[in-house]
Amino acid sequence: MSFILYAIMIGILDGGIYALMACGLTLVFGVMEVINVAQGSLVILGAYMSYVLASTLHLNLYLGLLITMPATFLLGMAIEWAFLRRLRVDRIALSILVTYGVSLAIEGGLGMIFGDTYVALPAPSGTFTLFGYATPDIKLYVFLMACAFLAGLYVLLYRTTFGAALRATVQNRTAAQLIGINVERISTLTFALGAALAAAGGMAFGATRSFHPGSAEDLISRLLVIIVLGGFGSLGGALVGALLFLVVEDMVSVLISPIWGPVVFFAGLILILLVRPQGLFGQLEARRQ
Amino acid sequence: MAMRGIPGTVRGWGAWAATAAVASLLLGGGAVGAARVRHASQPPIIIGLSSSLTGDFSADGKANVQGYRLWAAYVNAHGGLLGRKVVLKILNDNSDPSQVITDYQSLINQYHANLLFGPFSTLLNPPAASVARRYGYMLIEGNGGGPSVFAQHNAYLFDVSSPTQNQLVAFAQWLTSLPKSERPKTAAYATYQDPFTQPQIDLCRKMLQAAGIKTVSYQVFPDETTDFTPIALKIVHSKAQVVVVGSLINLAAAMVNTFRQQHYNPEVLSFTAGPDQGSQWLQVVGGAKMTEGIMVEISWTPFLDTYQNALLDHLYTSTYGGSPESMSSDVAETFSVGQVLQQAVEATHSINNATLRAYIENPHHVFQTVQGPVHYIAGGWGQSSAPAYIGQWQNGKLVFVYPPFISKGAKPEFPKPNWP
Repeated sequence: MSFILYAIMIGILDGGIYALMACGLTLVFGVMEVINVAQGSLVILGAYMSYVLASTLHLNLYLGLLITMPATFLLGMAIEWAFLRRLRVDRIALSILVTYGVSLAIEGGLGMIFGDTYVALPAPSGTFTLFGYATPDIKLYVFLMACAFLAGLYVLLYRTTFGAALRATVQNRTAAQLIGINVERISTLTFALGAALAAAGGMAFGATRSFHPGSAEDLISRLLVIIVLGGFGSLGGALVGALLFLVVEDMVSVLISPIWGPVVFFAGLILILLVRPQGLFGQLEARRQ
Repeated sequence: MAMRGIPGTVRGWGAWAATAAVASLLLGGGAVGAARVRHASQPPIIIGLSSSLTGDFSADGKANVQGYRLWAAYVNAHGGLLGRKVVLKILNDNSDPSQVITDYQSLINQYHANLLFGPFSTLLNPPAASVARRYGYMLIEGNGGGPSVFAQHNAYLFDVSSPTQNQLVAFAQWLTSLPKSERPKTAAYATYQDPFTQPQIDLCRKMLQAAGIKTVSYQVFPDETTDFTPIALKIVHSKAQVVVVGSLINLAAAMVNTFRQQHYNPEVLSFTAGPDQGSQWLQVVGGAKMTEGIMVEISWTPFLDTYQNALLDHLYTSTYGGSPESMSSDVAETFSVGQVLQQAVEATHSINNATLRAYIENPHHVFQTVQGPVHYIAGGWGQSSAPAYIGQWQNGKLVFVYPPFISKGAKPEFPKPNWP
């Protein structure tokens, strides 16, 4: 029994990290109607930036975020300005193509600089006991960090003027423009915020497993599944989607077989989408917020 | 294939001997001079090949071409084949099976290739070999050893490298050779659902079960899996004495880290890939102490004491720079393709495909390659006897421990020491 409880807890701890990585993706869609398939690459870029700072400057991983998050924030602004702002028609479909190109460019650049070899961030090696099993401290630390970022994001969205403008844009882009909200500026800042959160997620991802430039490919498919389940544009949906995904996958892996983990999850996802095509907390929920 | 610590003396002498041989051939003999005269007067031998210079397999595809080019350059520097210069005609298949078919048709019909070499991967060699068979050409390749390649029953295809499925055979032979009183009783297996690793694990499991080693955990998981903790935990829970994992480096590292955290110490821990990655492996597991006693299956490294392997190290570093450790095993595998062809051509004095095919498929004809001696297995549809070896981390170095002809006295460390 303790083995199963432990698997659930591991799913929750990892789910927090995935929620952090996915929240930028869902915010960007909510505000901009852009499916940012470069989010996985931005996560891995963030992981590599943390790796460089930790291995060359011996900077603490958490302190390193003070550099990596602003840097990816600026990169996000540049990407939005250079590629996404210009998309006027068929925005969703074209955004997939454009951000896929950005993703390939990032992956290719990382490959040229770092090669196609796996690296791991120098995380502390201590453990604590959970249901009788040793658990790496770092899993708990990065989970708490992810929770802190998600809480901060919640405050930003629901307790600030910027958040109100952002939510207004999510609800109705045209109406937001009519009441004087600078929608383009909000879009730029949202995309940049998503990129900065990806950098934080990248640190958490890289601290708990090894990665290489191609890791983004597996990652983005999982992140997209999470926000489809949670509902495009919903922050709470990203959190619940991530936790459900990881817990179900881990539970099925230990109880039945790892090969059935994704199968069971996707079967559940299809059933949910048949009942709620907008996902668990889709647009309707986001608009009500 | 970065690997350190294999005794360097033999390799050093090998390199000197190879250099001396190259020098004597370049400076000396009338035979070479005569060959050069023929070289100039006869048309070149065109060897056609397609490789994945772009697309999913581009990294391996480029290495695939490097091996062929190194071989061709070496052969041409020594008078060519039968006194004729070797010219490689290389097309790009973009990692696409449809393009491979077009490429090999073009190589035969448009470029009038005399002989064909294979592309990269288990995916692309079967369509290439089908085209070759249709036109009566043989196809020698080194980078496609999955079961699906041989399942085609194409008698025109020859894979120079160790068949994928056999990579763990040496490991299973070693375990089953232990006295029954010492032999472990239980084993756990985990593998990607992958045409490369799963057949190895399944064959190994079958061999160990036949020797009385009970399977207590068998897990297959999708390629897309990124969270390996539940898989590792299930193995921990099984308390197996032997753990065999069909892996890549990230999976192998995750397993080691979880096993160590859970204080789970199997007597034997073996991976199909990962611990062979030298400094990269040490980085992801946290140093040499963490890897003591871990085994990995290896079909080739730059330090293997095999025919012309030291020469290949020299050719690679002088042509592409870097160190031998930076050389991909793909390079050695395609260099071996050239070696087999060369030995067959020299033995038959022919570049006729039917003649060469008859010579190569004869299981009594042994070819010396950088991967070791190989012959083709009767009824094996192109499977070679190329061996795979067991490497084990001992005192911070990866050493060969089995079979005895390659281990040079080194013994497997058994049982594996506990985690530090």
